[in-house]
Amino acid sequence: MGCMVQDRYLRPVLQAAVDKNDHIDYFPNIKIQSHQCTAECANVTTDAGQDYTGKLLIAAEGRQSATATRAGIRRKGWDYGQSALVCAIEHENPHNATAYQYFMPQGPLAILPLTNNRSSIVWSETHERANDIMQLDDAAYLSVLRPRFGDFLGDIKLAGKRYKYPLSLSIAEEFVKPRFALIGDAAHGIHPIAGQGLNAGLKDIAALCHVLQDAHHRGENIGAIDVLERYQEWRRFDVNLLALATDGFNKLFSNSNALLRAGRALGLGIVNQMPKMRRSFIREAAGLGTKDLPYLMR
Amino acid sequence: MQPSETTVDPAEVAKFEAMAAEWWDPHGKFKPLHMLNPCRLDYITTQIAGEFDRDLNAPNPFQGLRILDIGCGGGLLCEPMARLGATVVGVDAAARNIPVAEAHARQSGLDIDYRFGTAEELAENGEVFDIVLNMEVVEHVADPLAYLTACQRLLRPGGLMVCSTINRNPKSFAMAIVGAEYVMRWLPKGTHEWSKFITPDELYALIANAGLEPVDRKGFVFNPITWGWKLSDRDLSVNYVTASIKSA
Ligand SMILES: Cc1cc2nc3c(=O)[nH]c(=O)nc-3n(C[C@H](O)[C@H](O)[C@H](O)COP(=O)(O)OP(=O)(O)OC[C@H]3O[C@@H](n4cnc5c(N)ncnc54)[C@H](O)[C@@H]3O)c2cc1C
Ligand SMILES: C[S@@+](CC[C@H](N)C(=O)[O-])C[C@H]1O[C@@H](n2cnc3c(N)ncnc32)[C@H](O)[C@@H]1O
Repeated sequence: MGCMVQDRYLRPVLQAAVDKNDHIDYFPNIKIQSHQCTAECANVTTDAGQDYTGKLLIAAEGRQSATATRAGIRRKGWDYGQSALVCAIEHENPHNATAYQYFMPQGPLAILPLTNNRSSIVWSETHERANDIMQLDDAAYLSVLRPRFGDFLGDIKLAGKRYKYPLSLSIAEEFVKPRFALIGDAAHGIHPIAGQGLNAGLKDIAALCHVLQDAHHRGENIGAIDVLERYQEWRRFDVNLLALATDGFNKLFSNSNALLRAGRALGLGIVNQMPKMRRSFIREAAGLGTKDLPYLMR
Repeated sequence: MQPSETTVDPAEVAKFEAMAAEWWDPHGKFKPLHMLNPCRLDYITTQIAGEFDRDLNAPNPFQGLRILDIGCGGGLLCEPMARLGATVVGVDAAARNIPVAEAHARQSGLDIDYRFGTAEELAENGEVFDIVLNMEVVEHVADPLAYLTACQRLLRPGGLMVCSTINRNPKSFAMAIVGAEYVMRWLPKGTHEWSKFITPDELYALIANAGLEPVDRKGFVFNPITWGWKLSDRDLSVNYVTASIKSA
């Protein structure tokens, strides 16, 4: 299904790649305060008062992208009525490098393997209960967590800070404007249930690079809206499908109805049995036959 | 004899005069050309890179190449060629196209030499080019052989002409005239006159008679599902493109 990599290992690797690349000027710890996209160029002003000009502005500011809002891009989506509680735990027994997902009536609980006998927990609760649980001290917090967890990993204790994130779906109505493109959560913030947030962002990057590389080789204007719309067309279908799938999964698995629960087990079994078929079906539907994969994903 | 009047069809040119302002609106009257552009640019750039041994990954790959875009319209092909580093001359027989093309090039920050005129006039003046782009024009001229002969004279020995047009058969009639002009409203009515369309074999013969050697032809095929164009080795039934060389 893929690899679980903790972001604290991913970040330094990506940072080193950026530092090594002569074509990238990296300015950490500044914020884009305003921007302007014209027929000729894209221009940004930072909170440090500097101006930068280029042919294309790409915003990867996360789901609250202020640049997207300033560009007049509206978002659609909703609050799931849930918050995710996130923490790292240490456990007695080895996790055997396996990720577990429990579907609780309140929402899913994911146990994602880290190094040694440690795992990362993502645990969904209603906003109200999540707030209450966050107020508890560590011992009480663990006592809420333990019964959900079962005992297959032995005794557990906290191995880091506890976080809480409200869960929502937030998809930009447009991914592009003249000389402007959105990637990652700025284009589409989905429910973390499927753990697809990073992958979806990486696919955006691959598709955008592919479109820009082709356009550049043809001598096209890489900031022109008809060029950028090719990226949007390519990604929009995939993203909407992913949003629907995660949304459907969450609704299905967050329901306490017994009949639905039986159906769930059945449904999940079928999905599990047919991952290849399902994937190839979805790939075809998305116009992503192998030869239509972006260059960076071939 | 006035060479400038030999191949221009005044009625055809008048149609383009009337739409000049819309050249750069991707959703306007020239939408079909905008949609076709990525596909035909793929063909043009690969042909040029192959013939003149250029690496498309290099900066300014077409530096030092002198390109004529005959019947350039608003400059939909001139601008990409200039962006790739070529020295570009764009010529059109419709006077109103020229200021439209000039204004857009200025906006794009590109230096392109646009002129009102004809292929015959340029040939008379002894102009010479490495490449002549002759895209979607030959179906609009009065005398295709005389026109293609003028294009041939404009090439230096070893030079390349890329020429595209529309096939003549019931399918191309349905697609290009009924489809594009009436059903999808892509093109204003009357832009194309079916009787002027040329089959690939006829075009190859015309090109050879004009003194060039045809070396390649491909189809541009529209896919209504992806709503885009693709190159095809086999299907030249509607839109197609040819490459020919002037022997050294
Ligand atoms: C609880 C939870 C669990 C998740 N679990 C997983 C998982 O297991 N696997 C997975 O793949 N995904 C997971 N996700 C989703 C994943 O975190 C996101 O998809 C991913 O972080 C999106 O990356 P991004 O770079 O697009 O945006 P972000 O990670 O949001 O980064 C945006 C960056 O832009 C910066 N920024 C914002 N505005 C400006 C500005 N004006 N100027 C300069 N900088 C600015 C911000 O400081 C930030 O650094 C989870 C999400 C949540 C909430
Ligand atoms: C269908 S448009 C193609 C424009 C451009 N070549 C392109 O493909 O984007 C045809 C153009 O040819 C021009 N034209 C027609 N007859 C011509 C001739 N004899 N000499 C030069 N240009 C001509 C028209 O004015 C019009 O701009």
